[in-house]
Amino acid sequence: MKLALWTYEGPPHVGAMRVATGMQGLHYVLHAPQGDTYADLLFTMIERRGARPPVTYTTFQARDLGSDTARLFKDACAEAHARFRPEALIVGASCTAELIQDDPGGLAEALGLPVPVIPLELPSYQRKENFGADETFLQIVRALARPAARTPEPSCNILGPTGLGFRHRDDVAEIAGLLREMGVAVNVAAPMGARPSDIARMGAAWFNVLLYPETGESAARWCERELGQPWTRTVPIGVGATRAFIAEVQRLAGATAEPDASRLRLPWWSSSVDSTYLTGKRVFVFGDATHAMAAARVARDEIGFEVVGLGCYNREFARPMRTLARELGLEALVTDDYLEVEAAIAALQPELILGTQMERHIGKRLGIPCAVISAPVHVQDFPARHSPQMGFEGANVLFDTWIHPLVMGLEEHLLHMFREDFEFHDAAGPSHHAAHAVPLARAAAAPPPAAGAGSIPGPAAPPEMPPEVSPEPEPAPRGPAEVVWLADAETELRKIPFFVRGKARRNTEIFARDRGIARIGIDTLYEAKAHYAR
Amino acid sequence: MNAPLAPPPARGCRDTPVLKERGQREVFCGLTGIIWLHRKMQDAFFLVVGSRTCAHLLQSAAGVMIFAEPRFGTAILEEKDLAGLADANDELDREVARLIARRPDIRQLFLVGSCPSEVIKLDLARAAERLSVAHAPHVRVLAYSGSGIETTFTQGEDACLAAMVPTLPATDAPGLLVVGALPDVVEDQMRALLAALGIASVATLPARRADALPAVGPQTRVLLAQPFLGDTLAALERRGAVHLPAPFPFGEEGTTRWLAAAAAAFDVPAERFAAATDAPRARARKAVAAAAAPLAGRSVFFFPDSQLEVPLARFLARECAMQPIEVGTPYLHGAILGPDLDLLPEGPALSEGQDVDRQLDRARAARPDLTVCGLGLANPLEAEGLATKWAIELVFSPVHFYEQAGDLAALFARPLRRRAALGALRGQPEAGDPA
Repeated sequence: MKLALWTYEGPPHVGAMRVATGMQGLHYVLHAPQGDTYADLLFTMIERRGARPPVTYTTFQARDLGSDTARLFKDACAEAHARFRPEALIVGASCTAELIQDDPGGLAEALGLPVPVIPLELPSYQRKENFGADETFLQIVRALARPAARTPEPSCNILGPTGLGFRHRDDVAEIAGLLREMGVAVNVAAPMGARPSDIARMGAAWFNVLLYPETGESAARWCERELGQPWTRTVPIGVGATRAFIAEVQRLAGATAEPDASRLRLPWWSSSVDSTYLTGKRVFVFGDATHAMAAARVARDEIGFEVVGLGCYNREFARPMRTLARELGLEALVTDDYLEVEAAIAALQPELILGTQMERHIGKRLGIPCAVISAPVHVQDFPARHSPQMGFEGANVLFDTWIHPLVMGLEEHLLHMFREDFEFHDAAGPSHHAAHAVPLARAAAAPPPAAGAGSIPGPAAPPEMPPEVSPEPEPAPRGPAEVVWLADAETELRKIPFFVRGKARRNTEIFARDRGIARIGIDTLYEAKAHYAR
Repeated sequence: MNAPLAPPPARGCRDTPVLKERGQREVFCGLTGIIWLHRKMQDAFFLVVGSRTCAHLLQSAAGVMIFAEPRFGTAILEEKDLAGLADANDELDREVARLIARRPDIRQLFLVGSCPSEVIKLDLARAAERLSVAHAPHVRVLAYSGSGIETTFTQGEDACLAAMVPTLPATDAPGLLVVGALPDVVEDQMRALLAALGIASVATLPARRADALPAVGPQTRVLLAQPFLGDTLAALERRGAVHLPAPFPFGEEGTTRWLAAAAAAFDVPAERFAAATDAPRARARKAVAAAAAPLAGRSVFFFPDSQLEVPLARFLARECAMQPIEVGTPYLHGAILGPDLDLLPEGPALSEGQDVDRQLDRARAARPDLTVCGLGLANPLEAEGLATKWAIELVFSPVHFYEQAGDLAALFARPLRRRAALGALRGQPEAGDPA
């Protein structure tokens, strides 16, 4: 038994739903109690889908348990086939149905339906959402894909994109364009957008492009073994990775065409002088392993940040994550407990977080800006515009999205010059991002919140309301009680721009405590500044 | 002096045959009630004993509202908990002890049963007794089930409140007990109205804090603020309390008739009733009239969601001039909803339970002007050209009593106003295949 307050991943059958909902012509019959249908709203609300997920739930109730839940499953399966006429069915159980052991696979097979029926075994009490998606896609490919004659011209399959994926729609479009420019045709992109009949002809591709190892690696490995298709190891997020990916594709395809890199702007945007102020900004990176590892490399090598923390929530990828963290001189944080992540961020006091929606909330509470780089997704992560993470345009998007939460270079300079000017007072904040200005400015004066979450103010927000408009709690009080700030030092502290004041206060207090200084004066403040100067 | 209330319709819906459906249900389970119950009970923690699905449901239903460490969580069952129940109990005791140590602000702990905990027959009531002894007197531990195999959405609140009833102190003093969680601002308005009627002793269940629990006895008169509280009402009746049947306090008429039920039970003189209600009644009528213009003459179709459907349909039909086509509800409690059924003019079909695909077929055939449904159905129906109202907003928003009557009408009117505002700009989602 493990206590969870918020989770990064849903249960494995939600992963199966991401595969089914991304595909077309496939239907999922899920043995599950009523209530499990909540998962539909993830797709209809967050992703704004205009069709219900192709899922039939048996929605058994207590009164059915005493009688015949197996009958209920068979009826649901037959009715789903009759109503939706899919090319193939996947069948399985959610956590509760796993306990009643009705064997959905066997029951569905006994119906003798005229389409392939693919049983799923997803252990709900051991595994999670990404596993569910990866395993479901593997089973579909195993059941349907067959060796086939290769296409005459170079071609590949794109593997891994699913429903409810972080920017999958835009990444696939971007990478398909890149491949086209290189003279490589996309045979099938799957699961998202593919029909079961498309899966059947995957064997015609020369090789596979694996965009999302979390949801497609098992299928890629199976195709390598059974269909003789090699697969790309580089996930093309960032300039360096995109170039490495291009080289890999050229090797696999024997193609020599170079894609058009003229639209790549990140290198100049990063080299231009306004970006000087980005140098050595301390960033904390957390997400799924693929996105977090890619972000750490981009942050260090392409934007000039200093990565001070790195981790992921999916243990399946702990090994490469730990290796990369060691390369960066860090110890990887591999956990699915967001309280641990929050504690790490609070201790490190980074200037920017690159994380998930969970870290975005942690950042709001701590007054640290955050850019979102990975699932779990939120309605904000499905923008109307084209906004890939991968390829050349993806690199441009990374620059913009990561830099915007920060104070821009020239603006930071001006704020510093005019810090005592009446119009540049604390509460004014940076013009484009007022939301982050208030918490830090108030933090020093705020009374400690009531213990625990009793401090949540206001009425419950309606569901799906963007968190921005929800009431915000006061940040935690800063600094231990035993260190006292003298009035003149407190005044001096207020002259420091608000966006670095939290760090200055914390550093000064640590400095004072380490030296047994109980009262912080102006000298202590500047001694600490000199001590921590880079 | 206000105009008298409109007379009931010649024929209401009390005798309308009910279509009972037992197919796929597209509804939340009772765990979802935790989202508003934990806001209402400010010193309570809700610990679901369940699976990762339960945790994911709560998170999804709450949006991703991470304000702080929330006052609800899930003790996720793992493989080893399923193997031996003795171990599961030890694990539960350990997790609870850890939780209580970390959260000294918690005075009430609810162990909330889920589908998996019910199926493996983990006895949470006994666990609650054991833990109550261990953590007395600081923390009181209660158990109820919010599982999907036993409860639908708002029935979770019913199960929670029913579990509290045996712990309420006894009294022989007369008093009014209002049952059902209301937003604080609405509860305060209600208390002001009842005080203006001269009803001195008014208590609420749930109370905001553990030390403010209401007492109950044979002189207690019960008014339900929510229609989904059948089990709680039965438990209160077993303690001797007497139910005051009334329409639910939605809109000007519903609120007036609800207050009139209290006034009759406590012998409030007619002049006093008029003095207390005339001004807010007039305000409510004005507010509804201002908001309801887009609704007049339009048809409405309710998918089952919260059990609020019948009283809301009555409000829309009687005060907003809408025409209900079908009123679907997860469970139709005849005794509790009788007064509302009497007022709902004959005409709409009533359905209980659900077979979602068949109900969708009926809605498509009827082409209602407004469809009230859950979040899983709303965008797909919009894509088919039907205007929808998210049912869940009716549960989460303040909608009871006079001062919210206009807001309630506005919630239904907004989708229609939005369509009118967007005019010819009818967006379509990217092509998908509904197989």
